Amino acid sequence: MSAFANQLPIGLSIGAVLLLIALGLTFTFGQMGVINMAHGEFIMAGAYTAFLLGDLVPALPAAFLVAGTMGLILERAAIRHFYGRPLDTLLLTWGVSLVLQQLARDLFGAPNVQVPAPAWLSGGVGILPYNRLFIMGLAVAGVVAVWAYLTRTRLGRRTQAVVQNRRLAATSGIDTGRVDMLTFFVGSGLAGVAGVALTLIGPVGPALGTYYIVDAFLVVVAGGLGQLRGAVLAAAGLGLLNSYAEFWSDASLAKVIVLAAVIAFLQVRPQGMFVLRSRALT
Amino acid sequence: MRIPRPIVSAILVLSLAACGSDARPAGDSGDIKVGILHSLSGTMAISEVTVRDAELLAIEEINKAGGVLGKQLVPVVEDGASDWPTFAEKATKLIRQDKVATVFGGWTSASRKAMLPVFERYKALLWYPVQYEGLESSPYIFYTGATTNQQIIPGLDYLKEQGKKRLFLVGSDYVFPRTANKIIKAYAAANGMEILGEEYTPLGHTEYSTLVNKVTQARPDAVFNTLNGDSNVAFFKALKSTGATAESMPVLSVSIAEEEVTGIGVDNVVGQPVAWNYYQTTDTSANKAFVKAYKARYGQDKVTSDPMEAGYNAVYLWAEAVKKAGTTEVEAVRKAAGGIALERPEGLVTIDGESQHLYKTARIGIVQPDGLIKQVWDSGEPIKPDPYLKGYPWAAGLAGQ
Repeated sequence: MSAFANQLPIGLSIGAVLLLIALGLTFTFGQMGVINMAHGEFIMAGAYTAFLLGDLVPALPAAFLVAGTMGLILERAAIRHFYGRPLDTLLLTWGVSLVLQQLARDLFGAPNVQVPAPAWLSGGVGILPYNRLFIMGLAVAGVVAVWAYLTRTRLGRRTQAVVQNRRLAATSGIDTGRVDMLTFFVGSGLAGVAGVALTLIGPVGPALGTYYIVDAFLVVVAGGLGQLRGAVLAAAGLGLLNSYAEFWSDASLAKVIVLAAVIAFLQVRPQGMFVLRSRALT
Repeated sequence: MRIPRPIVSAILVLSLAACGSDARPAGDSGDIKVGILHSLSGTMAISEVTVRDAELLAIEEINKAGGVLGKQLVPVVEDGASDWPTFAEKATKLIRQDKVATVFGGWTSASRKAMLPVFERYKALLWYPVQYEGLESSPYIFYTGATTNQQIIPGLDYLKEQGKKRLFLVGSDYVFPRTANKIIKAYAAANGMEILGEEYTPLGHTEYSTLVNKVTQARPDAVFNTLNGDSNVAFFKALKSTGATAESMPVLSVSIAEEEVTGIGVDNVVGQPVAWNYYQTTDTSANKAFVKAYKARYGQDKVTSDPMEAGYNAVYLWAEAVKKAGTTEVEAVRKAAGGIALERPEGLVTIDGESQHLYKTARIGIVQPDGLIKQVWDSGEPIKPDPYLKGYPWAAGLAGQ
């Protein structure tokens, strides 16, 4: 296969990584409007969970619980006092992210750690190695699970009700505080799952989250807030754009091209843009 | 005036972030304060924390042996935070506020370039412990790592000997890889080697499937790797997952030492060549003592690496120069430093007074399954530092750029 054709599956696989890291944000940012800068550190917590367990598969549910619990604590202890104040939340969670990074550095040391990839993930089909296929599969499974949760479960429907009209939901007898808590738990837990998957392709260190947080927000913003379909399309689109832009130029320029493309896109379709939302709230 | 709440929060968060330093209180007048300035946070922390540890070990050892000029050394540690302006700012703080006698610090060339004007302006001394791209010789910096003719050129000589004539260059996007690759291209042109591609990625980049696709399609004999920091992990994982091995795609790295091998995962780099001046396995009695002392101080599972050894040496070389000068005064120390020769873990090193670099032995090693590096080639004797490559006709014109 030519190098040009190779970039297509590579782009989709980059898209799968983007989707996986953004999936949790579609909950906490997309559904609840919380700009959680510590989302990257929940990804990191998931990666370190995989490191502690030393095995990928049991790490997936474990990381969901670990990162979810961290998110739950953050929501209960701090974020819930800041609802409707996006700028303050941004600064608060950014501070939390710095604290969590330093905590990881103190607990696990500054150097990267290694999570051994399972033997059954070595090898590949064509240009795509099994570990990338695994991530694509995990992203698809994640999307299906999130979709089913939001539309097929009582809790998910309540989440949507609270997002659409908090006061009406409350008067209908929904405990909105509880729903917020659970939504944040699920969103943060998904970040943990993404962290486990990332150990297959990237470094596992205290700064792990910082490498992915911007991309995650980019996907959610470009896709439209709270739009699962939007996130899937945006992730695939940005993945492909990144893959071909880097193929024709280089990695630094590809980053610029992707950012410029998202900015241009938001000029045409600003619906999902955070700026509009925050203005409406302040 | 009522200050809007977001601004208050911003100030709070920023001031919290600025509280990372652990400057110690000034000792009595019988102490000599020395600065240590490395990235203890951010993308470069993976590498620089260990250099700080090695420098602190040297200071402890010197203090135990009676100090310098009868005085104890007191380290003042600052965090450069992988951010180049922060390095300049913290260097100014160490010189002006803490009034340290000298500073040991830096890793990336970008951080050194940021600090250089500060040290030249205040006529203070910096000891820089990492291999770098050369083409620099500041009167206020001592370079205890390798310059290009002690690492990159021997690395290229080794590849040539191995019959690897078609190279692909991969590097992080900043001054060291870009300058190193200029030198590599000039060398290749003069030695009948071919450069098939030259790719740069931002520091901290983690998505290497496209780049690996480009490398695979170009089918080079070998890759010359000047990636720095965490990116190496993602690059080697991506390369390994295409099924490439050290035999099918040798990657000669100049920024991967024992410490980095663990984080990348031995499986991903086993059998790959690296170019340095020192390995944990280097067979000298000074090295046995260094490795033993380091492990005793920081843990038996710790490894020692070239930049750590160069940082460790820097403290000893400075102490030796101070003893010879009889003072910590910068100009006197600079003058006394030239010609100082010490048996160090890497073997004999001598300060070249003119360039303020060291005579060092170049060594090529292969990453072993246990994570250590085994030497397979060395230059036989310490190589005279030649930061401007004046001794290499093919490099004419590079220094002016």
